Amino acid sequence: MGMTMSQKILAAHAGLGSVEAGQLIEARVDLVLGNDITAPVAIKEFEKAGLKSVFDKRRIALVMDHFTPNKDIKAAEQCRNVREFAKKHGIIHFYDVGEMGIEHVLLPEQGLVAPGELVIGADSHTCTYGALGAFSTGVGSTDMAAAMATGRCWFKVPSAIRFTLLGKPGKWVGGKDVILHIIGMIGVDGALYRSMEFAGEGLKHLSIDDRLAMANMAIEAGAKNGIFPVDAAVLSYVKARVDRDFTVYEPDPDCSYEKEYVIDMSGLKPTVAFPHLPENTRTVDEAGGIAIDQVVIGSCTNGRLEDLRIAASILKGRKVAKGVRLIVIPATQKIYLDALREGLLEIFVEAGGAVSTPTCGPCLGGHMGILANGERAVATTNRNFVGRMGHTGSEVYLAGPAVAAASAIAGRIAHPDEVIGGK
Amino acid sequence: MKAQGKAYKYGDNVDTDVIIPARYLNTTDPAELAKHCMEDIDPSFAPGVKAGDVIVAGRNFGSGSSREHAPISIKALGVSCVIAESFARIFYRNAINIGLPIMECEDAAKAIRAGDAVAVDFDTGEIADLTTGEKFTMHPFPPFIQQIIRAGGLLNHIANKL
Ligand code: SF4
Repeated sequence: MGMTMSQKILAAHAGLGSVEAGQLIEARVDLVLGNDITAPVAIKEFEKAGLKSVFDKRRIALVMDHFTPNKDIKAAEQCRNVREFAKKHGIIHFYDVGEMGIEHVLLPEQGLVAPGELVIGADSHTCTYGALGAFSTGVGSTDMAAAMATGRCWFKVPSAIRFTLLGKPGKWVGGKDVILHIIGMIGVDGALYRSMEFAGEGLKHLSIDDRLAMANMAIEAGAKNGIFPVDAAVLSYVKARVDRDFTVYEPDPDCSYEKEYVIDMSGLKPTVAFPHLPENTRTVDEAGGIAIDQVVIGSCTNGRLEDLRIAASILKGRKVAKGVRLIVIPATQKIYLDALREGLLEIFVEAGGAVSTPTCGPCLGGHMGILANGERAVATTNRNFVGRMGHTGSEVYLAGPAVAAASAIAGRIAHPDEVIGGK
Repeated sequence: MKAQGKAYKYGDNVDTDVIIPARYLNTTDPAELAKHCMEDIDPSFAPGVKAGDVIVAGRNFGSGSSREHAPISIKALGVSCVIAESFARIFYRNAINIGLPIMECEDAAKAIRAGDAVAVDFDTGEIADLTTGEKFTMHPFPPFIQQIIRAGGLLNHIANKL
């Protein structure tokens, strides 16, 4: 029987002609990622186990993004540990304040991921790179420590669910709305242990930034990875950034999917996930104009240039509602600079927003916009668990950048058309 | 290997943000992390739990972030086993990799009540609810995972091979 796209990449990296769902394999990895929260645990384990050297100093990426610029003394100590480890082992891709960005935005941007590669990261949103046709998945710190030493990792070969996307999404519907719709449909464990493989002629209407946002949230459906076919858009994105050889894999025509869904994107509406699970989705029209205290536009889901452009197109010449705090966080230094040059940052500041240096910050309740008891935020992030952005009595509503910007102006969850006027 | 203790029961989708909130992730010290384990959904858990006690939960236990701090904090409290209907996949790997015993057993996870006395036998995969007298058997781990468990975690397993 044929293999899925994910299975083909795993088989190639395990040195096997074929693999099947459920099989346990050990495979070579192309890149191992860690951040300022997970790498310190991995480094401690690495040293405790008496491991002496890393398998390849060019194939490890360490990104200081969660609590940086260091939010407190403990965070500073953790970053120092990682910095010293990076120095000792000569890690090439170590990203610190001033050159860093949120890891899952930074790695594709810097050309560290190419189609057909196998990437593991001690961060659950490592699944993001599936947008480029790579097999990438989140692991834990111990996996990271082991892979830093050996360049290998164990996997259980996943079965897959196929999502065939048709039609062209409407004006205010982006990749975030599509993936929220899917999670609402299948639930937060709807793809548990499985690959989400995307297909269909509708893909051509989704930009790379849209696809990165979608693959990013595969984990929110419990998936092991999310993966997109490598089309012309992916090739031109990758060729501008990567100068090594890579392999493009396609699913075998006779491979089997556990389930198949067909989604007509032209019928989708801007979507919001209500507290406290990403599966609690409603369209903005059904959201009932919930009053809000804060809006966060950023994160590894929607902190890319296109997201900032969409938000700026709505905020331009308008003001954030009194009593609402708008925090905008470009996800990398490059995006920050591009947004600065395009005048987007000026639009945010003039609208009454606060613009931050790249950081995960409020997305995980770290810093830069923590919520008090009873406060509500609309965020372009990916999780709205209890206490995710601050007090356990606070609430996070997940949305795309268009709805987030419109809500900042309206002071309540709002459809972009409501604040722009006219349909 | 056997263990016995009291059951702490939780529902579906217990995520890693509630197992150990991100605000405490500025440390890697297991004892420090243990103090805050589950505090956002059950503040009485960390102060009350005793060595040997078990966590019993519904579907998708440990969903969300990859933070190993979550199983570390549970293990540091002396919890002998987590029994759930299903586990989120990164939590599943992390637990095995650090040597926190977990058991995927839908029947046991549904039947065991909060406060019941529970005995688990890791060699036979048998779970007994001593309060009600019911017995359950979990699906055995694949041999490869048994090897990791026997080695005392992934790093010992690879250190043995390097
Ligand atoms: S932006 Fe949020 S979800 Fe993404 S890596 Fe940072 S903390 Fe995790």
